[in-house]
Amino acid sequence: MTFNSMTFNKKTLASSIALAATLMATGAQAQMSDNEVRIGYLADLSGTYRDLAGPGGLEALKMAVEDFGGEVNGVPIDVFSADDRNSADVGATTVRSWFDQENVDLVAGMVASSVTIAVTNVLEENNGLGIVSGSAASSITNEHCTPNHIHWVYDTYPLANGTAKAVVEQGGDTWFMLTADYAFGHALEADVTKVVEENGGEVVGGVRHPFPTSDFSSYILQAQGSGADIVGLANAGSDTVNAITTASQFGLTQSGQQLAGLLIFLNDVHAMGLEDTQNLLLTTGWYWNMDDQARAWSDRYFDRVGKRPTMVQAGVYSSTMHYLETVAEAGTDDPETIRAAMAERPVEDFFSRNGHIREDGRMVHDMYLARVKTPEESQGEWDLYEILATIPAEEAYRPLSESQCDLVNN
Amino acid sequence: MTMIFGVPLMVFMGQLMLGLINGAFYALLSLGLAVIFGLLKIVNFAHGAQYMLGAFAALLGLQYLGINYWVALLLVPLVVGGLGMVIERLILRRIAHLDHLYGLLLTFGLALIFEGSLINFFGVSGSSYPTPALLEGGMNLGFMFLPTYRAWVLVAALVVCLGTWFVIERTRLGAYLRAGTENPALMQAFGVNVPLLITLTYGFGVALAAFAGVLAAPLYPVSPTMGSSLLIVVFAVVVIGGMGSILGAILTGLAMGLIEGLTKVYYPEAANTVIFLVMILVLLLRPAGLFGKEA
Amino acid sequence: MATTQQLTPAMQRQRSARLRRNTLYLVLIVLGLLAPLAIYPVFLMKVLCFALFACAFNLLLGYAGLLSFGHAAFLATGGYFTGIMLASYPGLTPEVGILIGTLAAVVLGTFFGVLAIRRQGIYFAMVTLALAQMVFFFFVQAPFTGGEDGLHGVPRGELFGLISLSDNLNMYYFVFAVFVIGFAIIQRAVHSPYGQVLKAIRENEPRAVSLGYNVDAYKLVAFVLSAGLAGLAGSTKTVVFQLASLTDAHWHMSGEVILMTLLGGVGTLFGPVVGAGLVVSLQTQLAQSPLGNWVSVILGLIFVVCVLSFRSGIVGEIQKMVRKNFK
Repeated sequence: MTFNSMTFNKKTLASSIALAATLMATGAQAQMSDNEVRIGYLADLSGTYRDLAGPGGLEALKMAVEDFGGEVNGVPIDVFSADDRNSADVGATTVRSWFDQENVDLVAGMVASSVTIAVTNVLEENNGLGIVSGSAASSITNEHCTPNHIHWVYDTYPLANGTAKAVVEQGGDTWFMLTADYAFGHALEADVTKVVEENGGEVVGGVRHPFPTSDFSSYILQAQGSGADIVGLANAGSDTVNAITTASQFGLTQSGQQLAGLLIFLNDVHAMGLEDTQNLLLTTGWYWNMDDQARAWSDRYFDRVGKRPTMVQAGVYSSTMHYLETVAEAGTDDPETIRAAMAERPVEDFFSRNGHIREDGRMVHDMYLARVKTPEESQGEWDLYEILATIPAEEAYRPLSESQCDLVNN
Repeated sequence: MTMIFGVPLMVFMGQLMLGLINGAFYALLSLGLAVIFGLLKIVNFAHGAQYMLGAFAALLGLQYLGINYWVALLLVPLVVGGLGMVIERLILRRIAHLDHLYGLLLTFGLALIFEGSLINFFGVSGSSYPTPALLEGGMNLGFMFLPTYRAWVLVAALVVCLGTWFVIERTRLGAYLRAGTENPALMQAFGVNVPLLITLTYGFGVALAAFAGVLAAPLYPVSPTMGSSLLIVVFAVVVIGGMGSILGAILTGLAMGLIEGLTKVYYPEAANTVIFLVMILVLLLRPAGLFGKEA
Repeated sequence: MATTQQLTPAMQRQRSARLRRNTLYLVLIVLGLLAPLAIYPVFLMKVLCFALFACAFNLLLGYAGLLSFGHAAFLATGGYFTGIMLASYPGLTPEVGILIGTLAAVVLGTFFGVLAIRRQGIYFAMVTLALAQMVFFFFVQAPFTGGEDGLHGVPRGELFGLISLSDNLNMYYFVFAVFVIGFAIIQRAVHSPYGQVLKAIRENEPRAVSLGYNVDAYKLVAFVLSAGLAGLAGSTKTVVFQLASLTDAHWHMSGEVILMTLLGGVGTLFGPVVGAGLVVSLQTQLAQSPLGNWVSVILGLIFVVCVLSFRSGIVGEIQKMVRKNFK
């Protein structure tokens, strides 16, 4: 522990010196490339992940810019956006052209992991800066880490970890895994299996279903036949929604089994309704109604968009604000300097508690274990979660000691 | 416990039951495609979108007009089928004289328009449609717990399929239809209004898709993309059955549901692919499909 | 030469047509060489890759009358094999990687072709669709493709071990060369006696059979050639973007290439190029505009308008106009 904090201090000191040196080199006057801070928002605006980040995320980003006053140190902030259509080459091409033609300073958004990994490669090549808010894959700050991007809101590690651990502690120690049959599902399944076994539970069976699947009845029946206490859903998006709906129709929970959703968002729960999702345990990075601060911001968002924000949309605002504040303070938009200076500043706002950016680019912050309310408990359309526990930032994410990222000295 | 290839008999029976239910669903959708192909010779690529429109119409009807499930089951196919007839009159008719591939491309474009527009208005997460009160709960069959609604889907789909088959194979209207398929010019000469027959047929095929959509609404989240993944599976069913063959579509739909169901037990990873494997094998051995006639 | 006096008017016409055509090609090549000075090279490379893909597809649809609904499989196969080779063997130069990817597509194309060419019309389209779905399944399952995440970090490397392709301009000229070669192969194939037979088969297959042509063999060659060139496009694309992903294997991609060809003009040499250019620009431009959410609706509208009143495509319509006004 002491050793850890010492290295942390040393790093802090080193980067402070670096920052000070840069500031001195550039002089006191503001140094902004092309006298404009240019932020590009890249996300799925029309496909599967549209409701998770999509146009709402862009609105959140614009809110941040407006709240900041539309300019940094007298230099205007320009926001533009593009739809990546969940295609890696569309995303990579777009960001490449942003560098070559638009002088982009910050790339925000980013949802589908294939797109994100492709974009981070482009960011590294062009020595740019990106903040990933939408993606789930923990590999983004692990084997795919670069010095040029930050992963803000959540990743699969705390989701699997937080939910699985809590569930096993509550006594759910035999698991049946329903896994989407692709890299992401496999990774999630492996994470969960590890946590379950470490906490004294056992994975007694599982089935890997094709991605995407619309009819889950056969798999639910297999899960029922397994006799496991818990059915873990290592899938995402419409697969998870379909699985939960089907489980409810087949009376899975009535027969004594419980579902554990590993990657579920507010918009999914809203879409399914509380009848099907009640009492589902999940881990979230943020919830709109978790406290006054969060609620106040969400109310403003609601007035603009007409929906309550997902954690991703809130994360876009939070990360953009953090970026702009850092730029204002540092007086430059040079990516390298800003990346270092952002890590200097703790991240503490309506979204993030006890947050800071690690050297692998992971923004660690408190995560929350939540339970979906029953229809009787819910007070309104968007009153969906009850926060059960806080998972402290330091425990939530994959520890640096297990990191495969090149930026971490192990 | 009796085991079948390493799977307990009970589980096996349950899986067969589910396969049959999905099969009935495939049958219903393929039937619409087959009817349309039979007379118009168009591969209706918009079928998935029309199925989705059916589910959406039911959902919106419930939310905004308070139309309940049972009324929707009757009303929605009429409305969406009517829309289909308008499309046929205004658009498809203009390309009727061309290569059939143009029909495929045109309906593909229509599907993109329907899906894209709805995504813009309603997002992609979808909404759930409540199960009608009469069909809530389930029954214990001894080997599995079967939700009542799924049993209803099986019955409703089979009744509509067989009804359609009966109308087409055993009534005067069906005779016109079949004759129109064989030789439209001759039918016209006999004084049958063939263009009207074509419009009605397309409308009927679309109505079947919409009916399937309403049936599906309480089962799956109603979202603009719900039809697109189903579409190519249903195509495969129609091709395997023999394009344009009514009975072929129904029987193949059921069979493919069963085959897919078993794949989900023995090799779940391939569940989305097995139908295409069957399709390739069938087309190699019987080029016109299982029930089709060689051209 | 003494023979010039013996030229018949028909031969003269043919000769002047060839001269006009060659001038056109020359102008286009010069334009292609100058283009990156005015237009963003990465965008141009994307257009060229898709243009080659669409030309390959058009060889089959436009000249053999076969609508494949599974061409994405070849694009993706080329891309993945090139990507894997270049990513796992750093010593490999990009042209060798591209060659391997193209070969993989040729092998797959032969397999597809043997199974599919015996069917016609919609059945042909459905068989190719089914086969492509199996290929998609394989790529999802195979450990080396990275599944949904895709295959990333493919190095652009150095052409022949000499010229660095990380420079966008170098890369562009290489892609342009690949495109010109691919286009030339198609041009030669179409204008050769082989191409004439292919067209004869398209127009009237029974007659071609009765004339003694081995129709299946002709179709198979066209199919394999088309698959190989689609693979070449995919391989080149992977080197340009340094990644390969499932988007390229999805059946929507097979639909997109049909749109490009249809929009530009089926059965015209330049149609697919124009179509690909338009579709790619539309997607890029729309994606960054406030209309971004409407891309698929607009593409759908284009499909409908094309089929209803534009069936010869842009190039086809222009050709018709030229023929009407200058003859």
